[in-house]
Amino acid sequence: MKVAFLGATKGMGRALGRLMAERGDELCLLGRNLADLERSAADLGVRGAGPTTPCVICDLEQPETFDDVIRAAREALGGLDAVVVTAGVFAPQDELEQDPELAERVLRVDFTNTVMFCEAAKRLLLAEGGGALCAFSSVAGERGRKPVILYGAAKAGLTRYLEALDHKHHADGLRVITVKPGFVKTSMTAGLDPPPFAGEPEGVARQVLRAIDRGTPVVYSPSAWRLIMAIIRALPRSVMRRVGF
Amino acid sequence: MVEPPLSTLSGWGRHSAQGRERVGEDLEQISQSAHLSRGLGRSYGDSSLPSEAQPDVLNTTYADRILSFDEATGAFRAEAGLSLRDLNRLLMPRGFFTPVSPGTSFVTLGGMVAADIHGKNQHKDGNFGDHVTALKMRVADGRVLECSPERHPDLFRGTIGGMGLTGHVLEVEFGMRRIPSPWIWQESRRIHDIDEFQDALEDAATNWPYTMGWIDCLASGKNMGRGIMMTGRWAEPSEAPINPPSSGFQPSLRFDWPSWVLNGLTIRLFNELYYRKQWRRESSGIVSNQSFTYPLDAIRSWNRMYGRRGFTQYQCVLPREAGRSSARRVLEVLTARGGASFLCVIKDFGRDSLGVLSFPRPGITLALDIAVRDDTQALVDALNEQVLKEGGRIYLAKDSFTRREHFEAMEGSRLDEFRAIRDQWDPERRFRSAQSVRLLGD
Repeated sequence: MKVAFLGATKGMGRALGRLMAERGDELCLLGRNLADLERSAADLGVRGAGPTTPCVICDLEQPETFDDVIRAAREALGGLDAVVVTAGVFAPQDELEQDPELAERVLRVDFTNTVMFCEAAKRLLLAEGGGALCAFSSVAGERGRKPVILYGAAKAGLTRYLEALDHKHHADGLRVITVKPGFVKTSMTAGLDPPPFAGEPEGVARQVLRAIDRGTPVVYSPSAWRLIMAIIRALPRSVMRRVGF
Repeated sequence: MVEPPLSTLSGWGRHSAQGRERVGEDLEQISQSAHLSRGLGRSYGDSSLPSEAQPDVLNTTYADRILSFDEATGAFRAEAGLSLRDLNRLLMPRGFFTPVSPGTSFVTLGGMVAADIHGKNQHKDGNFGDHVTALKMRVADGRVLECSPERHPDLFRGTIGGMGLTGHVLEVEFGMRRIPSPWIWQESRRIHDIDEFQDALEDAATNWPYTMGWIDCLASGKNMGRGIMMTGRWAEPSEAPINPPSSGFQPSLRFDWPSWVLNGLTIRLFNELYYRKQWRRESSGIVSNQSFTYPLDAIRSWNRMYGRRGFTQYQCVLPREAGRSSARRVLEVLTARGGASFLCVIKDFGRDSLGVLSFPRPGITLALDIAVRDDTQALVDALNEQVLKEGGRIYLAKDSFTRREHFEAMEGSRLDEFRAIRDQWDPERRFRSAQSVRLLGD
């Protein structure tokens, strides 16, 4: 499988990239910092991706570059079977409320620009005759909740977009995989108290790779979060007003 | 970035301190403000715990990328947070193993450097530090630099076995070694007393790359030091199973055992049964490297067996010059005080260390797991006084009870040299740990 990967240097993206490399997939790494990309390319190379893993600079804050970036990745790999986006910005709700500029950035990067990136990926994958588009949304988008008002809104928008993309292009051979991680222990969540059913990045990666192979449209990871979110979605407004989550 | 909250950090023996862990993939960036690096927290005592005055520690475990590996020469370089477990999973199937490995794979490369760990092949191959070719470090003045036996050799020798007190280790470079298969040909043999044990280890050292022994430390009198000696070598492909070893079921202790579970009687029973298990005088066979090198890794969180108060491991080395009866004298201190140890390991060291403060030196090492009770401090004091008389020293990676005066007396001029290196590289003592406050007076 030839994969263009935005976000393989950190967290769940790193774990997923490694899993792909270890089974011999070819990756092209996309990201902001070339030196960091090259370190990850070396790591993936030793783990099985082979001696040369191409890197292409891609900044989620520069949507005008997305078409070129994905085309460059396709050229570097000599084809394209899948595009993965795990990148995004996270900040706690109180921080976002104190810093409107940061709030605007989170909304723009996690929703508008991620959607624009997926649009560019979709165009190229459709031109290739199909493929997998795997984007990391979040369980934060499943219900309006106090600790993730803005971040959750961006992810809710992303989830809806991906859902509709699947509806429209499934017949054209585009497999859209929406990943909704629950609490996963990464450097992003370090310092927070992990709730029960907290996952490890490696476990998420295994689940996501299986979903990409099979074309499973929606992945909750760890799986227990499917049930947890079903319950939270079913809670009446009067309860949601009172509870802290 | 938000200031992470203070949380309870603990060593493997569950000795704990309040600290603030800096976490991230980019060690070079986040190492600027922390006063100590910490990996997987497998040092038993307070080596990886921050001092009260400076609670910021760097958690290196997210910095785990491999940067280069040359299959032709074995030359390997990775970020300091890479775990030995991950490394083994990746490279053992390709026929490579670290030249030196400790008894657990839940350690990071940075930790292996800081403690200058040794393994069952110390008598032949020395410590991990003997195989390190270069380190990338952030030192106290803020510089990021490369050190090696040739470049900044004083910093290099101070960092190997320096318990993280000379700077943050960011990257580690060393040589991996080719192995014929992931299997070990193991022989085990029943030993009747401590003198026979030392003879047996000495004999085995000439023929076997890996040797160690388990001692029933409740046996006293003429049985004192009875146990089982285990020796091993890599199995050739022709004698090894074709399939790679499977990891199988790996249980985990999910709660703390109450402290009464491990009492004199249960420990005696365990030790008796373990000794009787070796009912033949000698046995041999093929085992996986995993079960030979990391027997305790099979049970996750086994430290919970010791309950909430945790445990300490007392590990000392007694120099050859102290004579063969020195091990007996140390064990006598233990049995005289009724200090029941669940697990006691004996191993001979054959090589001196490169690191200024590294633990191993030619002689015999004893490691005793001791549940923390009210009298543990007194027991450790008594053991230290005996070890001091024998001219021996203790292993910092295991320690949480040793007194400063004992430590200073054991280390003598080595400590002066270590202090001189710190004066050179970190005169303000930016780098410190709970252990360095306790033992070095930082």
